[in-house]
Amino acid sequence: MMQVVSIPPFERFYDDHREEVFGYLVRLLGRQPAEDAFQETFLRALRAYAGLEHGRHLRAWVFTIATRIAIDERRRERPRGELPELTTIDRRPAYAELADLAGSLPPAERAAVVLRYGYDLPYADIAGALGSSEEAARQAASSGVRRLRRKEETG
Amino acid sequence: MTIPAEVDRRFRDAAVAEGLVDAAYDLVDSPIGPLLVGASSQGLCRISFDADRDPDAELERLADQFGARVLRVPAQLDAARRQLDDYFEGRRRTFELEVDLTGVPAFQQEVLRELALVPYAETATYGGLAQRIGRPKAARAVGGALNRNPVPIVLPCHRIVGASGSLVGYAGGLDRKRALLDLEDAGVS
Repeated sequence: MMQVVSIPPFERFYDDHREEVFGYLVRLLGRQPAEDAFQETFLRALRAYAGLEHGRHLRAWVFTIATRIAIDERRRERPRGELPELTTIDRRPAYAELADLAGSLPPAERAAVVLRYGYDLPYADIAGALGSSEEAARQAASSGVRRLRRKEETG
Repeated sequence: MTIPAEVDRRFRDAAVAEGLVDAAYDLVDSPIGPLLVGASSQGLCRISFDADRDPDAELERLADQFGARVLRVPAQLDAARRQLDDYFEGRRRTFELEVDLTGVPAFQQEVLRELALVPYAETATYGGLAQRIGRPKAARAVGGALNRNPVPIVLPCHRIVGASGSLVGYAGGLDRKRALLDLEDAGVS
C-alpha cells in the first residue's frame, strides 16, 4: 500500500532544505544572484504549497524550482563565456571543486552535473528539474562530465 | 551552506507581503518560559507553552487549523511581543490585540468572550462563568473550554479558579497560573 506522506508545515520544509538550496544556487550563480534566486525559489514554493497533494519528493521538487530559476537567470544575465565568481566555502570540499569545474558548462549541463554528483539526485528527479526526459537528463550530465574531462586534459 | 540572516529575513517578510502565509509565529521569551505566539491574517491565534517542549507538534496544529503555510515571521508578532513584554513587566493590564477564534467551537467562543471580561488581578469561578453565559450547570464544560483556550494570558483563563478559591488546573501547569496571578497582584498593590 502506498504510504500517505502528509505535507509538513512550511517552516519545517523550509528549514529542511534552505541551506542546501542556497548552497546549490551559489554554486550555479555565484553569491549575489543566488541571494535573489533563493528568495524567488522559496516564494515560488510557497505560492504552490497550498495546492500540493502530498509531501513526497519535496526535496526534488524544490531543487526543480531552484534549477529553473537559476537557468533562467543565467540565460538572461550572462553573455556566453562570462562566468560568475564562485565561492569555494563549503563543508564538503568535493562540492567546491565540482562547482569550480562545472562553472564553465552551459546552464542545463551544469545543473545536471551538480544535481547528480553534488546532491546525488536520481535522473528522474533531475529530468523533472530540467523539464526534460530522463534520457535527456542523463545525456546532459554525461556530456557535462565529458566536457569537463576534455577541459581537464587540455588544461 | 549557512544563509545570511538578512537573506532569510527578506524571504520571510516577502512571504507575508505577498499574502502567502496562513499563520505566522515567533518564540517570545517570558518569565514563565518561552512562548510560541502565532497570528493569522485575522489576528492573534495562538499562545503556547510548549514552545521548548515540542514546537513541531504546535506547528502541526497550526497547519491543521489554518493551512500548511506556517512560517516563522518575527515582524508579524511585534505588537503581540511588545504587549506581552509590557504585561510581564507590570506595565500593561489589558491587551489591545485582535484575536482570531476561527475553528473554535461556538460554545467555547462564548466562554472565551465572557472570560475576556474578567478584569486584571481579579478572579472568577468556573461556576460563576457558567452562570454568566446562562448555563449555570455547565461549570465542568466551562473548565474544558478554558483548558483548550488557544490564546492564554491574553484571554485570561488563569483568572478562573475553583469555588473554594483553589487554583484547580491550568493547561500551562499550576506553577504558571500561580505566577500570573501573583504578577497581577503585585501589579495592583
